[in-house]
Amino acid sequence: MPHDTDAGRVATQERIETSAVETPEGLDTLPGAHYSTEGADGADGTDSTGGADELRSLAAGLDRLQTDPERAPGAWRRFTTSVLPPIVFVIVLVAAWQLYVVIAQPRPDIVPGPLDVVAAISEGWESGRLQLAVVTSLERGVVGFLIAVVVGTPLGLLLAEVKPLRRAIGPIISGLQVLPSVAWVPAAIIWFGLTDATVYFVVLMGAVPSIVNGLVAGVDQVPPQLRRVGTVLGAGPGRLATLVVLPAALPGYVAGLKQGWAFSWRSLMAAEIIAVGGTIGFGLGSMLDQSRELADLAGVLATILVILAIGILIELVVFAPLERRMLRRRGLLQGGTR
Amino acid sequence: MSGQTAIRIEHLGKRFGAGPLVLDDVNLSVAAGEFVCLLGASGCGKSTLLNLIAGLDRPTTGAIDVPAEGAAVMFQESALMPWSTARQNVELALRLRGVPRSARRAEAMELLDTVGLSDAAEKRPHELSGGMRQRVALARALAQDRPVLLMDEPFAALDAITRDLLHEELERVWRRTGRTIVFVTHNVREAARLGQRVVLLSSRPGRVAGEWRIAETSGRRIESPEVAALSIEITEQLRKEIRRNAA
Repeated sequence: MPHDTDAGRVATQERIETSAVETPEGLDTLPGAHYSTEGADGADGTDSTGGADELRSLAAGLDRLQTDPERAPGAWRRFTTSVLPPIVFVIVLVAAWQLYVVIAQPRPDIVPGPLDVVAAISEGWESGRLQLAVVTSLERGVVGFLIAVVVGTPLGLLLAEVKPLRRAIGPIISGLQVLPSVAWVPAAIIWFGLTDATVYFVVLMGAVPSIVNGLVAGVDQVPPQLRRVGTVLGAGPGRLATLVVLPAALPGYVAGLKQGWAFSWRSLMAAEIIAVGGTIGFGLGSMLDQSRELADLAGVLATILVILAIGILIELVVFAPLERRMLRRRGLLQGGTR
Repeated sequence: MSGQTAIRIEHLGKRFGAGPLVLDDVNLSVAAGEFVCLLGASGCGKSTLLNLIAGLDRPTTGAIDVPAEGAAVMFQESALMPWSTARQNVELALRLRGVPRSARRAEAMELLDTVGLSDAAEKRPHELSGGMRQRVALARALAQDRPVLLMDEPFAALDAITRDLLHEELERVWRRTGRTIVFVTHNVREAARLGQRVVLLSSRPGRVAGEWRIAETSGRRIESPEVAALSIEITEQLRKEIRRNAA
């Protein structure tokens, strides 16, 4: 095969010089042609345009072969796999409950039927107590949670990055996660009286450790390679933390936030049940306690259902899409059941 | 290529803590625009040497001179940020280099085009194949716009056809950009295929045990007879070095 000699080429003969070690035997007398026989012309030169084009098409072919087309699940499929099953389950549950009430005829003050509970909810709605309680509790829960995020995030970053601090404070934070935050209610009442401060204090003691632990776990799982890349790319400690470490730790952080919200909501309900009166407003916990005093079981169950529904709603509307989006972006979610 | 020296390493020694000497009296100078392959068996300290050149670690003894702008590094794993698209990964390098926001996108697209990935710019790393990821990593390394590019076995985890393709891409990029490249590998053929100069490191401690200069580098392929011939010779020397450790 005759091969074209580019202007830039010094010699067609291959020459390999060895320095320092050994003299090559026969290497500098290799036959003139560099390339073994290739099928097509133009496949040889990496600097000729034909070669570049060929390279491109080869690369494109390989790329196509080695990647899968994106398969986004359809809306209907998502509905049938993730929305429908829990709805069906709840319907079956309520039906079984109603069936039991109809067949066994229990005392309505001990086992109210689903209809009694619905009636209690609508009664609460008509009197405006329900809306008031939901708004009060939700506002406190959200504000308390946001304060917990503001406190917990820098604390978590600090603990994750400063090893001596972590050795000192880490075990205590983990321990606080085990301690039910309701245990703080008596102390908080003594310190702050029956005010909103008591409620917020209890919420913070519940949520902050979860957020800190989530963030620390997330930072621990950041691959060291990514930090090295960040350093090589020229990021100082500050930008390394914001541009590399924090986004890399996001899955753990979001898991911590999710748990932090759950703890906030729980602690809030506990605090509201225990601390009633003073300047503490009328929340769902207070409503629960009031129904108990009136021995209104339908009202108690109705309130429990509302508390549960709000917890589920926040999870479904805020955290689940956030988590799903994050995991899908990182390729950590493939054909999952979420 | 020009005769200026880009990297000068003199009497370099490295040990970690009180451990054994990893590198011992390494002397090497790399000319600007040169393509040098560092070759050695496992444990010869090639990656250590690369980290020292990159400034990720400090030498125990001796001196390293690198351009003031520093070096770009490419690793065996692409180490792309998994939450960012290919374009955003390249843009991150531009951002950390200080390129203004408005210019980043266009420049990132240009760099991705250089490695033939402009169509995959909006894909995330998990949607790309291993070879594509390494090309994004190459584009990111080029985005740093440093005169020296250090590569630590960047193609070791790829299949043969993809690796072959990336050799050609890398050679093309090297000719186009005139970067100084130090390419670490344990693959003799790869070294003989890519380098203008192949430097063999002995193992435990790592020393320069041999050097081959290849005068004519254009048009080489992995299956070219001169690459094969050189590989045979280097392999023989490499085996001799490894056998020394058996005794």
